[in-house]
Amino acid sequence: MTSLRVFFIGGVTSYRALFYWLTPWIYVPSLLIAPIFQILLFVYIGRSAGLQSDEFYVIGNALQYAAIPCVFAMGFMIGGERYQKTLGSILVSPARRLPLFLGRAAPVLLNGAFVAAFSLAIGCLLLGIHLPASTFGPLALVVLVCAFSCTGLGLISGALGLRVRETGVLANIMFGLLLIFSGANVPIDDLPGWMQTISHGIPLTHGIEAARQIAAGSTLGDVGRLIGIEALIGLVYGAIGYTMIRLMEWQSRVYATLETA
Amino acid sequence: MKSARLVWAGWRFHVKSLTLSGFFLLTSAIQPVIFATIAFFMFKAGAREGTLLYVSLGAGLMGIWSATLFASGGAIQWQRWQGTLELSIASPAPFILVLLPMTLASATIGLYSLTGTLLWGRILFGVPFELAKPLVFLLAIPATVIGLGLLGLVMASTFILWRNANALSNLLEYPIWLITGLLVPISLLPGWVAPLSWVLAPTWGVRAIRDAALGGGDPLAAVGMCLALGAVYLGIGALTVRHFEQLARDRATLSLT
Repeated sequence: MTSLRVFFIGGVTSYRALFYWLTPWIYVPSLLIAPIFQILLFVYIGRSAGLQSDEFYVIGNALQYAAIPCVFAMGFMIGGERYQKTLGSILVSPARRLPLFLGRAAPVLLNGAFVAAFSLAIGCLLLGIHLPASTFGPLALVVLVCAFSCTGLGLISGALGLRVRETGVLANIMFGLLLIFSGANVPIDDLPGWMQTISHGIPLTHGIEAARQIAAGSTLGDVGRLIGIEALIGLVYGAIGYTMIRLMEWQSRVYATLETA
Repeated sequence: MKSARLVWAGWRFHVKSLTLSGFFLLTSAIQPVIFATIAFFMFKAGAREGTLLYVSLGAGLMGIWSATLFASGGAIQWQRWQGTLELSIASPAPFILVLLPMTLASATIGLYSLTGTLLWGRILFGVPFELAKPLVFLLAIPATVIGLGLLGLVMASTFILWRNANALSNLLEYPIWLITGLLVPISLLPGWVAPLSWVLAPTWGVRAIRDAALGGGDPLAAVGMCLALGAVYLGIGALTVRHFEQLARDRATLSLT
């Protein structure tokens, strides 16, 4: 019961406390309007290069934008606590770590999914892309799974936040690498072999592919394997991130390095 | 003479200061390289390899714009956080002479982006770097930096009153990349975008740099347009800085974060 309280109430409370600055004045331009322009930029580059259809870029970039709220927010989860001088208090508390950190990840995941879904919907409306109503449910599932895998990656960013100060830079780099490697804008087959190998091991690649196939008429059953792999990748990244956080927490106690970054 | 000395000293100080910021340098150097890489792959896959230098130069300009935008958005906010905004405003020198070197310096730091993308393109994608008009190219770069820096001044001045300036910075990045033709020819965009692009210095800056590098067009005319727009921005900036500074004093909102 205590773990459930830590997960739900602790998660929501910490999210509200850490992101007190995320007012509509910041949220709307940064997370609702900016992704639309990212979509438009790549749609027009795609048209200029004569590479893929508008739908390809709308789906790719809308889903990829889930990385902004997920990776940045998870990185800020540690950085923000440290900035507000509450990180030490949290790490000396007796609360179980799994619900503590996963509870903080849950609102991030939901926000990431909302941002991606919103971008997808508006992108389709602006560019006249018609998606049948039957695709809405499967696409919503894919969006949620993509946000989950990005949150897993974000957990690693959060863990690294215990060692590096510039979590914003780190998140920017992760976002950029996802933009290149996830197939959001360049078909995976057109990347060099070594890049394709990396692509298959990172969040979003399989989710974006699944979403594109759903939009093209595939059923949930047809893309079940892709969604499963995406979820598995999120789980693996999340596990690595959680282990890193625990390891660095332990190190910070032994070597007094909690506030070194 | 005193004003010129203040701008020069401020510019040198801020270039040095920004050069020491890991965040700023990484963002300036890595972000355009990422976008250049994507564009390289997209154009390669689309079988338009002849345009790779075009992409490289555009991506470099994207970096200059990002650097200008973030530093302009942060120029006032950082001073607020450090508690130096009131001192700068209260100092005998006009505030515009304090603000101007910041935005010019941030645009200058964007040159790391241009250099980075050109080197990246050359080393990894074999993009040829042969300049059609080298001297004009050397002239076009500082003209573009000045044009963008002065556009940054106009934006920074409005941020005296607005506490969420960084959000506006986030918002303005992609649209300006798009409508100024940094990666996509403006002719591909809807017709109503063209007049908007004409009043933005990056449009003329990238045109000047590209025409000087690839040949064709009239790069000197584009340099002239870039500088002329810069002069207009300076006039607007002078008015807005004075007006918004006065408003912030009247409302006692200068140091609110």
